[in-house]
Amino acid sequence: MPSLKFTRREFLKLGAASAALAGAGCAPPAERIVPYANQPENALPGVPRFYASAASFVGGAEGMLIEANTGRPTKVEGNPAHPGSLGATSVQGQAAVLQLWDPERSKAPRRGGQPATRDALARELNDALGSLRAGEGVRVLIDGSTSPTLARQLELLGKRFPAARVHRWDPLEPVARREGGRLAFGRPLEPLVRLEEAGAILDLDSRFLEDHPFRLNYARQYARGREVRGGRMSRLYVFESAPSLAGAVADHRYAMPAHDIESWLVEGDRRQKAILEDLKKNRGVILAGESLSPQAHARVHRLNGELGASVSYVPPAQIDALPLPPLVEDMRAGRVKLLLILEGNPAYDAPADLAFAEALAAVPLSVHLSLYFDETSARSTWHVPATHFMEHWSDARAFDGTAAIVQPVIAPLYDGVSPHEMVSLVLQESRRGYDIVRETWRDIDWPAALRSGVVPESASRTVKVAPRSVDMPRAAPREGWSVRFVPDQSVLDGRFANNAWLQELPRSESKITWDNAALLSPASAKTLGVAVDDMLEISLGERRLLAPVWLVPGHADGTVTLALGYGRTHAGSVGNGVGFNAFLLRTSTSLWKAHGVSLRKAPGHHGFATTQNHARMEGRDLARHVRLEELVKKGKAWDEETPRHSLYKEWPYEGYRWAMVVSLNNCVGCNACTIACQAENNIPVVGREEVIAGREMHWIRVDRYYQQHDYGEVTLFQPVPCMHCENAPCEYVCPVEAAVHDSEGLNLQVYNRCVGTRFCSQNCPYKVRRFNFLQYSSHDENLKAQKNPEVTVRRRGVMEKCTYCVQRIQRARIEAEKANRRIADGEVITACQAACPTGAIVFGDLNDPGSAVNRAKRSPLEYDLLAELNTRPRTSYEGRVLNRNPDLHE
Amino acid sequence: MPQVFHPPLLLGLKLALAAVVLVATALWLLVYKALPAHSGPLTPQQPIPFSHKHHAGDDGIDCRYCHYSVETSAFAGIPSNEVCLTCHSQLFNDAATLEPLRDSARTGRPIAWVRVHDLPDFVFFNHSIHVAKGVGCVECHGRVDRMPRIERVASLEMQWCLGCHRDPVPRLRPPEKVFDMASQPPRDPKARAALVARLHLLPTRHMTDCSTCHR
Amino acid sequence: MSEIDARLQRWGYASVTDKISDVVLRRPTHWIWAGGFVVTALGSALLFAGIGYLFAVGIGIWGVNIPVAWGFAIANFVWWIGIGHAGTFISAILLLLRQKWRTSINRFAEAMTLFAAGIAGLFPILHLGRPWFFYWLVPYPNVMELWPQWRSALVWDIFAISTYLIVSLLFWYLGVVPDLATLRDRATSRVKQVLYGLFALGWRGEARHWARFETVYLLLAGLATPLVVSVHSVVSLDFAIGIVPGYHSTVFPPYFVAGALFSGFAMVLTLAIPMRHFFRLEDFITGRHLELAAKVLLACGWIVAYGYFIETFTAFYGADRFEIAMVKDRFFGFYGPLYWLVLFCNVVAPQILWWRAARRSVWTLFVLSLVVQLGMWSERVMIVVQSMHRDFMPSAWGLFIPTVWDWIILGGSIAFFFFLFLAFLRFLPAISIYEMRKLVHEEEAQ
Repeated sequence: MPSLKFTRREFLKLGAASAALAGAGCAPPAERIVPYANQPENALPGVPRFYASAASFVGGAEGMLIEANTGRPTKVEGNPAHPGSLGATSVQGQAAVLQLWDPERSKAPRRGGQPATRDALARELNDALGSLRAGEGVRVLIDGSTSPTLARQLELLGKRFPAARVHRWDPLEPVARREGGRLAFGRPLEPLVRLEEAGAILDLDSRFLEDHPFRLNYARQYARGREVRGGRMSRLYVFESAPSLAGAVADHRYAMPAHDIESWLVEGDRRQKAILEDLKKNRGVILAGESLSPQAHARVHRLNGELGASVSYVPPAQIDALPLPPLVEDMRAGRVKLLLILEGNPAYDAPADLAFAEALAAVPLSVHLSLYFDETSARSTWHVPATHFMEHWSDARAFDGTAAIVQPVIAPLYDGVSPHEMVSLVLQESRRGYDIVRETWRDIDWPAALRSGVVPESASRTVKVAPRSVDMPRAAPREGWSVRFVPDQSVLDGRFANNAWLQELPRSESKITWDNAALLSPASAKTLGVAVDDMLEISLGERRLLAPVWLVPGHADGTVTLALGYGRTHAGSVGNGVGFNAFLLRTSTSLWKAHGVSLRKAPGHHGFATTQNHARMEGRDLARHVRLEELVKKGKAWDEETPRHSLYKEWPYEGYRWAMVVSLNNCVGCNACTIACQAENNIPVVGREEVIAGREMHWIRVDRYYQQHDYGEVTLFQPVPCMHCENAPCEYVCPVEAAVHDSEGLNLQVYNRCVGTRFCSQNCPYKVRRFNFLQYSSHDENLKAQKNPEVTVRRRGVMEKCTYCVQRIQRARIEAEKANRRIADGEVITACQAACPTGAIVFGDLNDPGSAVNRAKRSPLEYDLLAELNTRPRTSYEGRVLNRNPDLHE
Repeated sequence: MPQVFHPPLLLGLKLALAAVVLVATALWLLVYKALPAHSGPLTPQQPIPFSHKHHAGDDGIDCRYCHYSVETSAFAGIPSNEVCLTCHSQLFNDAATLEPLRDSARTGRPIAWVRVHDLPDFVFFNHSIHVAKGVGCVECHGRVDRMPRIERVASLEMQWCLGCHRDPVPRLRPPEKVFDMASQPPRDPKARAALVARLHLLPTRHMTDCSTCHR
Repeated sequence: MSEIDARLQRWGYASVTDKISDVVLRRPTHWIWAGGFVVTALGSALLFAGIGYLFAVGIGIWGVNIPVAWGFAIANFVWWIGIGHAGTFISAILLLLRQKWRTSINRFAEAMTLFAAGIAGLFPILHLGRPWFFYWLVPYPNVMELWPQWRSALVWDIFAISTYLIVSLLFWYLGVVPDLATLRDRATSRVKQVLYGLFALGWRGEARHWARFETVYLLLAGLATPLVVSVHSVVSLDFAIGIVPGYHSTVFPPYFVAGALFSGFAMVLTLAIPMRHFFRLEDFITGRHLELAAKVLLACGWIVAYGYFIETFTAFYGADRFEIAMVKDRFFGFYGPLYWLVLFCNVVAPQILWWRAARRSVWTLFVLSLVVQLGMWSERVMIVVQSMHRDFMPSAWGLFIPTVWDWIILGGSIAFFFFLFLAFLRFLPAISIYEMRKLVHEEEAQ
């Protein structure tokens, strides 16, 4: 798309210029206006455009609407029409735009690490393929791609080179789930669950809120099930071997090593009886995770069948291919002449026992296509820069099979190619990505598919099959320590290691940034004689690993959790050397869990950069919860705050009265709000040292509290944006009126008026204000291009905080006033609200009696934070409802 | 020791003191006057000596012909070279002054005009809403149709913005007159009242909130 | 008066004048003075280097963060402005109370006030995130049609401090004029003659001059007196109007003023004791002066102690969860040791002053004066930092750990203070000559 190219070139200048000046205080001698040289059709400078697209992060596509400002992708919103999104976005989805603009992406092809040309590559490929007529020794290694087009191309490849083979390595691949399907149904089917219909959910270490390809969809369904209707709501039991979001928000959380979960499933006990009873009564469903054996999965399928749970079964969305081990064998044996690695980073994340890196050295000609010049690129003959998914044409399937077209929002920033173009290069046809993808979808309404972001009727037909019964070996009770590997909540398998937004995003339960840790339960730590910040030596067989210790209350005893994706060496300046590489312990036989590891205290200390240093509420009624039975009995969750009277008369808020309600009952602590806010509001990252100094900049933080009760420990997540108090303590102390109220009740922070006395922050009881202690916002041209042109980039020395996305309010107001109407309810959606997968955040106008926010304010669960201070916050909360099973009294 | 301070010296001292005060004041005024906001009409050298007088005034081309997004976007829009070439591929197509234009058409590299009305980047101004609510171009840009070379007539200081935001009505025109350089805002109260109704003007309280222009 | 007079018996007009003016005009530079001058000069250089770096990089070089967004800068400000109190108190209030003994210490006490207040005035500006916009706190017509936000205590500060600075400057300068004239007339070199002459503003000591001088001096004294109370009361409001436990307290104004005088008199002793020794001024700044100062110290100490007590008491009496949590944290939290240090320095230590022996032992007083200043500074830090580090939301709790730059700027400011004072000693009469003469005269009259 040439027009886009122009858009980009010209408007990067504009964008860069304005970004450079933003916050610079006064105008420079002469600013330039650079118009389009050739006006692209209906491009309107100053009005953002949205392009429907999709991307897969954990094995299933998540639909997106990518916002482009004068040709610059600046923000990602979810696509409501896409089943993998339902309008929400994952943290990776939000961070993808930063990845696009990452100045450290690979910019040009390299041969043996030296800059080279694509023509040279083409020539070399042709020579190689010329000698291998039938393609013997030709191997392709793909990642977890779900692209139908790529599948089609690989078939072509198979026809063209009969002897060629395609293998797949996806470090996050749900092997057990698929094997379980194979055992139960004869083919690798995966369960597609209608969670919202389930009155009770038994989650066996499935991590369905963070690691499942359908996580956004499931989160939304889960939240719907949690709404209290007629005194009823769904109930969540979680058995987990590693802290998971589901576990944190569960009504019953049982933490134990993976093998214990498995044997519990086989042997059963009083507790199991009660739970299954409950599941039967309430049309419950069981979810199984990767730490369980395929047999266990099969057993779960069977149980679900018996329960009559609303589960259907779908084939995997990912492209089917041979596994990795045989490929590595061939490589070692020198049977591989030409290896084409389409994205992925096997040299870093392949199972340690396969020693992929060494095997790679034995391949005469290896070509690695990737976004970065990473560990694998460094060991391959050729490295070819890949185009970012916002730069190329492609397609992707959601977990339920729904296909979406991936369309470019900007012309490639560098000399990169898409996987499709790469394959077509091997096919010696070298066609343009657009034509290749278009051919796959010859007979659909193409424009409609692009507009809506989904290909109609493309979801894979769900199969209704009765699972066979599979006998499950009684797992012998085991002694000793076990280890559990989990994808990092932010950087997943490490592909986002160079993404500063994700690195600085506090992991939900530990609140650690810029690190991974060996997570232990306090009890385990006592037995090992280690404490937080101590180093732990973890050895499995002859493999050893040093990892700093972090304690998580409610973590399973006798097991240690290691997050993957760290200890990168070729990630880039952001990700290199952050954390430790857990892949070094991960073998093909123990992808997600291993038993018989030995742990011992090692010398040395580590300093974690955490954003929350105190986990208890100290008897303060901040994050509230109520048990369902009480709520039903009393009809209300807590007593009304006694209204406090003022000497001044009420300010009449004519026009609009903006307000927000955050539902702790829906919140699952996934952090999407935090990072969405960061992307929308040009919030800088401050880096590890500054986080340690206590200067993180997130406008909406997710607090995490632990609370001990006679009915067990409760984990509470509480997103805390600015409260926009009507009696704001920050306002009357600001000497220059930089913190000031507007006529609609927004508590404004006027950056250009701020002199930085920080009195406002001192006086803010919620401590939601953030200060630019140093020059945090980057001057890098690329990163400037990501900035939201509607929001000032703050400079050193000014205070900032949540604005209720005032820029979105203003845009809506201007559109409304041009049309001589009021802003409609739901017209202004804040960034955090848009991203939230569970709809926990509601925003709107209190003067509109029918508005959603008014409805939320009337909820019996609604309360103000620190109401006793009489700050009259506009942001209020709905407490969490705990639905404990009365038959279970531990 | 002899007497140090004799009358003439004292007089000298006093005069010197006075002089210092005067010079200081003078200097301060000079500097103050030199601040950009006070530096009257500003007319930079443009890559092409484009005459609004000729195009908007004599030829009577509507503002929106070139500033195409003024009614729909925050940004009024600067014409791409095609827009210029609709005429100038025929007229003056070999004039030396139009070389940058032809160059742009040839290379696809845009013409970099010098910004005349440049607000600080923490100010978010939106053309479309002002135009929609009857603020004529001439209110801020002056009689562009009489400017051989574009110049800035407004100070663009905050107090100048506030002047209108506090009391807009006297400066508003009926929508059809917005792009009419010669038109005058209605004087008599009745016409004004009618205009207010027609433009659906809301109470101005919000127009002076900081959030209206600063985000 | 007996002791002072007894000593002064031995001095006549001329000799008083000689004695004091010689310090400035004839006495050769003492090596200790020179040494001190060099050291403090270096210290001052360090201060300004630190300030340069601060302006270049930003206040992030300090240990401040969220929640503790105020750090040493504010603590130092409050501490210095406090020290700046004793001077005016001595000169103005004691003048109005006709306390003759003040005469020999008021001059340098005023100088001390001036320097301390000046340095104090520096800190709020250093404290700002964007110090180059500090003038936005001052009301002046501007093209933005914006004014300061009058409900903010920081705006009140601007007025309180600037007024205080101006008045104490005038008060001090006016007092020096007659002595400048004396120095002018006794100056040995022409340069000195001209310089002193310029600043003596043509004082000829006519009866007319004296008459007007006395009136103005008295008026200024009257003007300065309320300021002694007002300045630190206003400063205390910076905290008192906050809602944070540990800030929000009605006892602050009197408690701050007392604390100010406390540290102020301590500083007077710290300065007077070495000075009288090195310049052999024991006959002017007599043991009795020191003893009286010590008594004031003891009194202030008790008021401050009362402040500490009442703060704790009201916290529990008011039964506010957050206040109680704050007090407990103050006692036993991370910054607990600081609190106990404060109690020792400001409450326990001064009690030795009940013994006459202690009051008369120069060394005891000198050491105690240092202890008290340490105590008062720690108290300021405690209030500013400890109150903030654990306020309402446990999720936001954090710590403030001062960085090397915090210390450099604190140390530098102290060095700069002594640098100015040493310069003052050398170039101006540290004791009011004419007032001493008057004293002698009154003696002879009897």
